[in-house]
Amino acid sequence: MPDYTVTHLNQIESEAIFVLRETAAQFERPVLLFSGGKDSIVMTHLARKAFWPARIPFPLLHIDTGHNFRETIEYRDALVKELGANLIVGSVQKAIDEGRVVEEKGLNASRNALQIQTLLDALEEGQYDAALGGGRRDEEKARAKERFFSHRDEFGQWDPKNQRPELWNIFNGRMSPGEHFRVFPLSNWTEMDVWQYLKREGVDLPSLYFAHEREIVVRNGAILAVSEFVQPREGEALEKRQIRFRTMGDATITGAVESDASNMDMIIEEVAAARETERGNRADDKRSESAMEDRKKQGYF
Amino acid sequence: MSEESSGAVGGYLDMDLLRFTTAGSVDDGKSTLIGRLLYDSKAIFEDQLEAIEKTSEQRGDENVNLALLTDGLRAEREQGITIDVAYRYFATPRRKFIIADTPGHIQYTRNMVTGASTANLAIVLVDARKGVIEQTSRHSFIANLLRIQHVVIAVNKMDLVDWGEDRFNEINEEFRKFASRLGNIVDVTFIPISALKGDNVVEKSENMPWYQGPSLLYHLETVYIGSDGNHVSARFPVQWVIRPHSDQYHDFRGYAGRIAGGVFKPGDDVIVQPSGFEAKVKAIHTMDGELEEAFAPLSIAMTLDREIDISRGDMIVKGNNPSEVGQDIEAMICWFSDKPLNGRGKFALRHTTKETKAIVKEVKYKVDINTLHKIEDDRELRLNDIGRISLRTASPLSYDSYKTNRNSGSFILVDLFTNETVGAAMIV
Repeated sequence: MPDYTVTHLNQIESEAIFVLRETAAQFERPVLLFSGGKDSIVMTHLARKAFWPARIPFPLLHIDTGHNFRETIEYRDALVKELGANLIVGSVQKAIDEGRVVEEKGLNASRNALQIQTLLDALEEGQYDAALGGGRRDEEKARAKERFFSHRDEFGQWDPKNQRPELWNIFNGRMSPGEHFRVFPLSNWTEMDVWQYLKREGVDLPSLYFAHEREIVVRNGAILAVSEFVQPREGEALEKRQIRFRTMGDATITGAVESDASNMDMIIEEVAAARETERGNRADDKRSESAMEDRKKQGYF
Repeated sequence: MSEESSGAVGGYLDMDLLRFTTAGSVDDGKSTLIGRLLYDSKAIFEDQLEAIEKTSEQRGDENVNLALLTDGLRAEREQGITIDVAYRYFATPRRKFIIADTPGHIQYTRNMVTGASTANLAIVLVDARKGVIEQTSRHSFIANLLRIQHVVIAVNKMDLVDWGEDRFNEINEEFRKFASRLGNIVDVTFIPISALKGDNVVEKSENMPWYQGPSLLYHLETVYIGSDGNHVSARFPVQWVIRPHSDQYHDFRGYAGRIAGGVFKPGDDVIVQPSGFEAKVKAIHTMDGELEEAFAPLSIAMTLDREIDISRGDMIVKGNNPSEVGQDIEAMICWFSDKPLNGRGKFALRHTTKETKAIVKEVKYKVDINTLHKIEDDRELRLNDIGRISLRTASPLSYDSYKTNRNSGSFILVDLFTNETVGAAMIV
């Protein structure tokens, strides 16, 4: 008897492609949220596979805090060109300049929270009814209960206690005018799956993910790369270390890890041996125990 | 690097996936069991463990409360309850696992049914002191209704019955007597464990030399699921039509979807339902190249040898083994809404990639899931009730019985005004 076993990477790939196609089919104006991070890179790769040989039938949306690593933007622009995709940029800086949001003050100010309003504005402006994100359930406990098709009310809010049950592979994207959905095709992926898949598929990544020497400061236990946005404060020493990033976010809050993993195999070894979650270096999650839930309820990614 | 982590690079590519569900209430040791599986397979990280140790201590819990790992919602932590199905992930060098962990109290049926709908295997926990009780009956009924083919009866707390073989055999006997009324479960495995002490969870127990079988984890790693899917009746619900309109692929018209059953090959004779048009499969496409054959659950695109009007919601099936086509459907349904179903009602119905409207014509009976008795004198389906209905759809469905195919045999009902999913149904 022939063996019809399907490897787990093929199963989660197939599931994600199914969800991407459902999104294209069930919604009028979907958009793919692109951060330049590895999860959104996997998402664009999957979207390409889902609609091949046609182009991806929706634009990419980047919510730009203005505090970017140069490498992220270069990577983004090259990818968009290769895909022939339409890129929309929602600018936090512009939202600040126009007075729609007010920048946080104080020592640990971050533009993370300002992304929420910028994102909601961008969704409303483009009349997007579904925003595809690379969120995974293994990342953070408030995400563990997220649906593939996650309903948002007319204020962009998430009501975690009142979610639609999702059975088999039937997704209910029906909604009232003004509401929208967040869609998470990578729900069932783990960090390890993402790395294994990127390696298997031979996808190029921004150089920031690989070990390199960089000037850093240590702040509240996190290793921050020195840049125009992060400068050593009094009492902080400028150091050079061999580091890499496990997640890609706003340059002011994304912590690096010390590492000499300079290629995919070494990163996978490192992930397999890791004893801390990847978001362990994100200052934004450490504000309180339900920091992620609170941001998600308001409309965060 | 250790052997284990180098396995992460090489062996990982060939691993398969087992989805399983666990159900139970707070005191039957379910959290302890899952915690042990996760911790021993290194799926819990140090920072996560530290965080929940700290919280458990603050709350005055006696043991580390592993539910805190996924009970991430504020309301859950405040009330000390699990509101929703929690999905957890772990992997061993042999397999990757997805656990759908369903809470035992609130919205019990709804959560259990949801978790079971995608599972290959169910773990039913039985307290060795209590034996087969109502809860065991509920779990088994739902596992059976949702056609989970592999069930593990984990007889837990063996340490509290002096590791007794007789007690274990007694429980097997009790369960087998009860399960004979269920009928569908293909493969039942009994494993005596102590989740708290770790006996037979990951390592074989030294306290129960009379038990010759595998530990729970070994069973999960090795249970054969390759033949679980339906590889006989070929079903391909069309999800999206790919038309590139480019110079290179000017006339390309690919039907994209995820195979819901059987095997498709180029040259196969197929029928497009419900129209009944016939064609041959020209090629099976992916971005990585054409495939010689494709089977469930792969996502592919298919081209046919002639131009036919095909759109989303149509089903491509093999000519020698077509599905049923019709508008009058009988199904078992689990009701998810606070608003009861009284006799008749009009809904949106979603079946594979098709959406249509449906009228529920009759609730024929309800099932008491604690006793398995039919209830015929109360036909109002309320939240978490399970019953049999008949309905008529506005346009024809291409369907199978749930028994023969989980994908083409299931549908959901959606409230036309609130857009909420109000019922999940399995075609009889």
